[in-house]
Amino acid sequence: MLEVNGIKAGYGPVNVLQGISMTIGDGEIVAVLGSNGVGKSTLNNVISGIIKPREGTVRFDTVDITGASPRAVVDAGILQVPEGRRIFPNLSVKENLELGAYRRARERMAVNFERMCTIFPRLRERLGQLAGTLSGGEQQMLAIGRGLMAEPRLLILDEPSLGLSPLMVEEMFNLVQRISQEGLAILLVEQNVVQSLAIASRAYVLEQGRFALEGPSGDMLADPRLRKTYLGL
Amino acid sequence: MWSLVLPAILGGLTTGAIYALVALGLTLIYGVLHIINFAHGSLLMLALYGVYFLYAILGIDPYLALLIVVPVFFVLGYVLQRGVISVFSLGKEQNVLLVTLALAIIIDNLALYFWTSDTRTISLPYAYTMVEIGPAFIPLPRVIAFVAALVAAVILWLIMSRTRLGKAIRAVAIEKRGAELVGIDVDHTYAMCFGIGTACVAAAACLLLPTFYVTPQVGYAFVLVAFTTVVLGGMGSFMGALVSGLLLGVIEALCGLFLGESLGQIGIFLAFILILLFRPSGLFGRRAA
Repeated sequence: MLEVNGIKAGYGPVNVLQGISMTIGDGEIVAVLGSNGVGKSTLNNVISGIIKPREGTVRFDTVDITGASPRAVVDAGILQVPEGRRIFPNLSVKENLELGAYRRARERMAVNFERMCTIFPRLRERLGQLAGTLSGGEQQMLAIGRGLMAEPRLLILDEPSLGLSPLMVEEMFNLVQRISQEGLAILLVEQNVVQSLAIASRAYVLEQGRFALEGPSGDMLADPRLRKTYLGL
Repeated sequence: MWSLVLPAILGGLTTGAIYALVALGLTLIYGVLHIINFAHGSLLMLALYGVYFLYAILGIDPYLALLIVVPVFFVLGYVLQRGVISVFSLGKEQNVLLVTLALAIIIDNLALYFWTSDTRTISLPYAYTMVEIGPAFIPLPRVIAFVAALVAAVILWLIMSRTRLGKAIRAVAIEKRGAELVGIDVDHTYAMCFGIGTACVAAAACLLLPTFYVTPQVGYAFVLVAFTTVVLGGMGSFMGALVSGLLLGVIEALCGLFLGESLGQIGIFLAFILILLFRPSGLFGRRAA
């Protein structure tokens, strides 16, 4: 469904991504793992149309979306829930969700809104509250809910577990697994290796702008290089 | 005593209504988008000339001119933001200030060049129709301006709180990346907001000219008070801009009454300092997070 081919991208003279290729199939959870500063968010932003790549192509359902505007990418059905959540702190929880359907699934806004309230009961209690006053975990729920309001076909989650308490992290991964069961493909970009591999079918390990490892999650967990570098075993 | 104070208060309210009208547009541009628009006064001046020439040449009544000047200035504002301000500021906020200042200087001097510094007025048959309110007589156009300021504030508040565009404007103002990622066209939304703000200035011009005058410098009389009004009301609050505009009008009128006409504006800035000392985020402002 998503096909990334030979992407090189960066800022100024620096190429952060030095030739990245990956695929995501229908309804699949794919994890991209790596520590800080290896280019995970750059990859997301290339797919989302925020950064134009210098080389390579991005295809979604065989349509070339390389260098398309962020709006066109949303229209195609790819929604990114960015690192740091990027919710609208000065708007109410309800308004944040409504803006999720700004370009897509507008006619089904009411239905989807009800659905989000069911998936995230905590948000239902806070609909009128300003989003900036929510706790970190609630803000992350809201960011995901806002993404889901557009009925995406591919959801990109950029470090959803960042800054959450261990209990919330657990809840977050359960939730990601639950929403993927509705047929939605998910690109999960994480530093949290063990939990990501537990729910992803395949994974890529990003190191200094290249994929150092890739394969099914089960194989990855057994890979001695991964165990040494990321799990300290 | 009362027979002096009450007319001063009512007169001040109508002046304040004009302050509020000019400030409402600035509330959108400066209060919501945080664009320091030095050209706001120059755009008011341009609109006043527009209204003037529509009347002087084509005989179009200033209130009828609303239907022409407001849409034209909406488009002008949209194009200015999208084609000039955002292009020349190169994405840096501190540049915006310089670009709008440059716009102000260019517009003012072009006006001076083409229309000279003559003070121009129009004389409408109903300009001196008086409305009797208690012991005071208020010119009809000022009563109309007062009502219009209330209506404009409510319309803007509705646009911002109820419509899809209004929500997008508020989202873009504080979280550009998040807005982009839900598919909001950030440049278009900024320009729409700037366009609506400029349309407000045009509306103010139509309501102002029947009892005022136009020269190339006329904007300065309003723009400083307009910035004061926006900050005093609380950044981004339309009700705040309305109330503080009216309040400043009344304070100016009362200071003029007791201290002498030429000292009226002192009261505005004294009140500004005093109120901000006790309410730093303005009358209706939300406390900064």
